[in-house]
Amino acid sequence: MSPRRELRSKLASRAVQVAFVAGVLLLWYLGTNYWGISPILLPNPVKVWAELRDVLATGEFWPDLRVTLTELVTAFAISCTGGVTLGYAISRSPFCIKVFEPLLAGVYSIPIILFLPLYVLFFGLGPGSKIAIGATISFFPIVLNTVAGFGYVDKIFVTAARSMGASNIQMFWHVLLPAALPVILTGLRIGFTVALLSILGSETLASLAGLGHRIVHLAEGMETARMFAYIAFAVVIAACLNATVSGLERRSKR
Amino acid sequence: MTRTRQLKHFFIRRPGLARFGVIVALFLLWEAAARWWIDPMFLSPPSKVVASLGALFETPRVPAALQLTFFELAVAFALSVVIGLTVGLAVGLSRFGHRSFMPIILLLYGIPQITILPLFILYFGIGAPSKIAFGVTHGIFPIIVTIVAGVQNIKPILMTAARSMGASRWQIFRWVIFPHMIPSFFAGMRLGMTGVLLGVLLAELYVSTAGIGYFTQLFTQNFDPTKLLGLISVLAAMAIVLNEIVRRAEVHFGRWRTG
Repeated sequence: MSPRRELRSKLASRAVQVAFVAGVLLLWYLGTNYWGISPILLPNPVKVWAELRDVLATGEFWPDLRVTLTELVTAFAISCTGGVTLGYAISRSPFCIKVFEPLLAGVYSIPIILFLPLYVLFFGLGPGSKIAIGATISFFPIVLNTVAGFGYVDKIFVTAARSMGASNIQMFWHVLLPAALPVILTGLRIGFTVALLSILGSETLASLAGLGHRIVHLAEGMETARMFAYIAFAVVIAACLNATVSGLERRSKR
Repeated sequence: MTRTRQLKHFFIRRPGLARFGVIVALFLLWEAAARWWIDPMFLSPPSKVVASLGALFETPRVPAALQLTFFELAVAFALSVVIGLTVGLAVGLSRFGHRSFMPIILLLYGIPQITILPLFILYFGIGAPSKIAFGVTHGIFPIIVTIVAGVQNIKPILMTAARSMGASRWQIFRWVIFPHMIPSFFAGMRLGMTGVLLGVLLAELYVSTAGIGYFTQLFTQNFDPTKLLGLISVLAAMAIVLNEIVRRAEVHFGRWRTG
């Protein structure tokens, strides 16, 4: 394709995207304003925008956001430390890898959110159960990637470093860690995303505070417009967090 | 000394046996913890859980609830595969469609869907339809993304060769694209199954009048950990079996490429 045609097709794609978004917004506006869709089911976009501005202006979201973020940071800190430490320990012997990796991968394939009722039973409705479930769910991708990262370092590098007389500490800092880091960072990113999702999820299912709880609370009060505003807010927060983590991953991989 | 060494060698040659040993040890730990250290209101030993499985299935409406959940999973999975395949092919097979719609699909995929769970209940009610719908939204995106990736990854040389030999559009689809799509299709099915399980179970746990979500809630509120653990184990087993079926299918149908 010539560069000119390439450019034209690119512009056409952009136009299709813009038209798609505009069309959805227009349908939403027309449907709620003129076609009589109940405002309880689908609130007017103008009203949602007003509610969102109100939420942001009054700063009403702060307590909920703080709860969610605290839970997220605590859960991620726990699963990071635990996952990387245990992953490193397992990766030190091929035998341990053979024993534990299928075990961990097997548990990872179960939807762990199933155990939420148990966690609520153990840790209560407060932030404790959210931290615990977030830490559990994000633990698995982190530990599996750490094992994969440290466990499958090319043998030739290790042998070369050893034969050149590297000490254990030198080996770790200059051979193992640089080789394993990209894989571990991917694990950490997946773990972070999963922790965020499971914390929002468990807040939605059973909780006392937090963004997920607020959304459910508004849904039960049939304040749909404000709920839409909070959903938009939560989606933007989640997108920002995920973008930050992906950015950090990409930067430290270079 | 030689005896322990022999034992060590015995296990080193059999990692599967050692793995089994780890599982047994964990169960023993759980049994001991539940028996002696932890309040029986919160945790019951595995022996008791297994023994009470019979009673669990005799609890009125529990078998029906499991059946309902299985039905929701099956319908949600079937719908995700059909919709995901259609959209994936439509988007993946045209350059223009891929460039225009893939960013929108990825954007939608990036939304934490759990935040819109209350909306599903609002639109589809608290019965099975809301669970199926929520399961579908979790299932279709991984399927679409893998199908598109699979279709896009076909080597251009194969397409050019087929075209230059005068293959029609349908022939290209049937003999080039279709066989190349099979592995990614099954990979997508596996990811889709994980998504559907997550979506349906989340919706079940959120609100439920007859499915397993209702019973997990009931057992939690009655401080009946034996039945709760039993029910969760049955569901976990169901999830493992479903995942395993799709994974086996993936391995089976992906063989031609490597083998």
